[in-house]
Amino acid sequence: MKSADALARPALDRTLLLVVPAAAFMLALFVYPFLYGLELSFEPKEGGALGNYRHFFTTDNLWPTIWTTLRLAIPATLINVGLALPIAYKMRVKTRYQRWVTTLLVVPITLGTVLIAEGALTYFGPKGWLSQTLQLFHIYEGPIRLTHNYWGVLISLVISGFPFAFLLILSYITGIDPVLARAAATLGADPAAQFRHIYLPLLAPGLAMCFCLSFVQAFSVFPSAVLLGSPAGPTRVISIAAYEAAFEQYDYSLASAIAMIMGFVQLVIVAAVLAMRNAFYRGPVVGGKG
Amino acid sequence: MSSGLRAWFDRTWRGLLLGVMTLFVVNVGLMIAAVATSSFARRWLGTWLPEGWTTNWYTAAWKEFQLGSVLWVTVEVVLAVVLLALIIGVPAAYTLARRNFLGKRALMLLFLLPLMVPPITYGIPLATVLYKAQLAGTIYGVILANLIPAAPFVILVMTPFIEQIDPNLESAARVFGASTAKMFWHVLVPLLAPGILAASLLVLVRTIALFELTFLTAGPDSQTLVVALYYAVFAAGVRAPQSVDAMAMIYMVVTLVWLLIALRFVNPTQLVSRVKEQPLTA
Repeated sequence: MKSADALARPALDRTLLLVVPAAAFMLALFVYPFLYGLELSFEPKEGGALGNYRHFFTTDNLWPTIWTTLRLAIPATLINVGLALPIAYKMRVKTRYQRWVTTLLVVPITLGTVLIAEGALTYFGPKGWLSQTLQLFHIYEGPIRLTHNYWGVLISLVISGFPFAFLLILSYITGIDPVLARAAATLGADPAAQFRHIYLPLLAPGLAMCFCLSFVQAFSVFPSAVLLGSPAGPTRVISIAAYEAAFEQYDYSLASAIAMIMGFVQLVIVAAVLAMRNAFYRGPVVGGKG
Repeated sequence: MSSGLRAWFDRTWRGLLLGVMTLFVVNVGLMIAAVATSSFARRWLGTWLPEGWTTNWYTAAWKEFQLGSVLWVTVEVVLAVVLLALIIGVPAAYTLARRNFLGKRALMLLFLLPLMVPPITYGIPLATVLYKAQLAGTIYGVILANLIPAAPFVILVMTPFIEQIDPNLESAARVFGASTAKMFWHVLVPLLAPGILAASLLVLVRTIALFELTFLTAGPDSQTLVVALYYAVFAAGVRAPQSVDAMAMIYMVVTLVWLLIALRFVNPTQLVSRVKEQPLTA
């Protein structure tokens, strides 16, 4: 039996055709290249089907890139989300102030990592203003070393990642009805308890999402690792390895394999975070204002 | 906790957060100021301020990096991406907002994934495919690559926007005998104009700043401004740092002008997420 609704409409709803170009485009340019890359990664220049993967995990300048990248991405994500949560929580009340801060913070995001790298080279460099200020106040004598090493890349990840995490968390927090917290306050909950028992559980899905997105962005760091780090040594991240394989050795098969490994590691971390959030809180999310 | 202790704790906590925030904003501001100062500096080595001022680096950068043609490529790429993303994205958003059908969730996932997976991860297999199709290195390849995050972004911004438009308006147009095309053009497009404006500005700002996909697919004469800037910084030893900084300033001004225009129409949080602060009432 067809329902009345189904009978009222023609067999093929022509509106559905409107979604076809977008879906076809994504299949052709997102899904197909991914599958093509996956297949290509199993067809190495030499060795069996797993030749590329064996090569990756046995070559001394390839497999450690995973740890190099994680060593940058995990602290950067923890700093970004850890700083963004309390600050966004503090700014949840809509004021003129909030609009100003969000506008200011959107600037580093739109300028992008390349410009941040160039600015950081000038400002954080051994002869930059920061170094001169520290020397002026005798906080640190001698030239500081914040560029062309691990710290330079970490700083650039915080500069581009913190505003992102902040704006994302802020948009989740402002979606939570403040009446809930007021109700809790009526029942005698102090601000800390309100945060712990009202906001945190409602924020858990958003926080997990924010953590994942921040991590994935930090994990795929590329321009600042080249420009602001030392791409041959301590900041030789996995995306540099993939880029070199593709555009310096022209081994697209190996490059695809590295890209797949990169995607896989991201997936593992994302799955772990989402599993943790499920263990932490499970239940209906009723945060909407309506 | 006694109330005195709690007040002290509250004050310290607030001060700490304000301090962190100020530290961040001040340092980023000074970083930008350092680039600006350097771009106007005659000579600047380890002093507070340069020895003299000049605007020559801008003309030097313009000539050295062929900024005229780079800017033209950037304009072409960005305009094409915005237009095509709207043409592909708005109809799809309409269907997703109005209809429920089998596989809708899978489709939503397909449109969400490119925004979740970072560009460099899918950019490398994509570049491989584009090279095989002989599109990489051309401006068409760059446009196609930039559309991958842009089209889903339009869909995700537009879907909630279309959802809040009353479907009765469309039914009314139908009753008076409007065809789908007429209904779309005379009823939906005017109602959607603010949403389309917001979506195109957001895509525009994001495309100007999107580095990885253009970097992986561009050839020497299809570079956008941000990729040209990367190569300039990459080869910094060869050229005077001031000339690279002058180019960085040109890039910054181009981006910021559009950001300021965009911020008149959109909320800053929309640049990173699609969560609406308040549902717009029709």
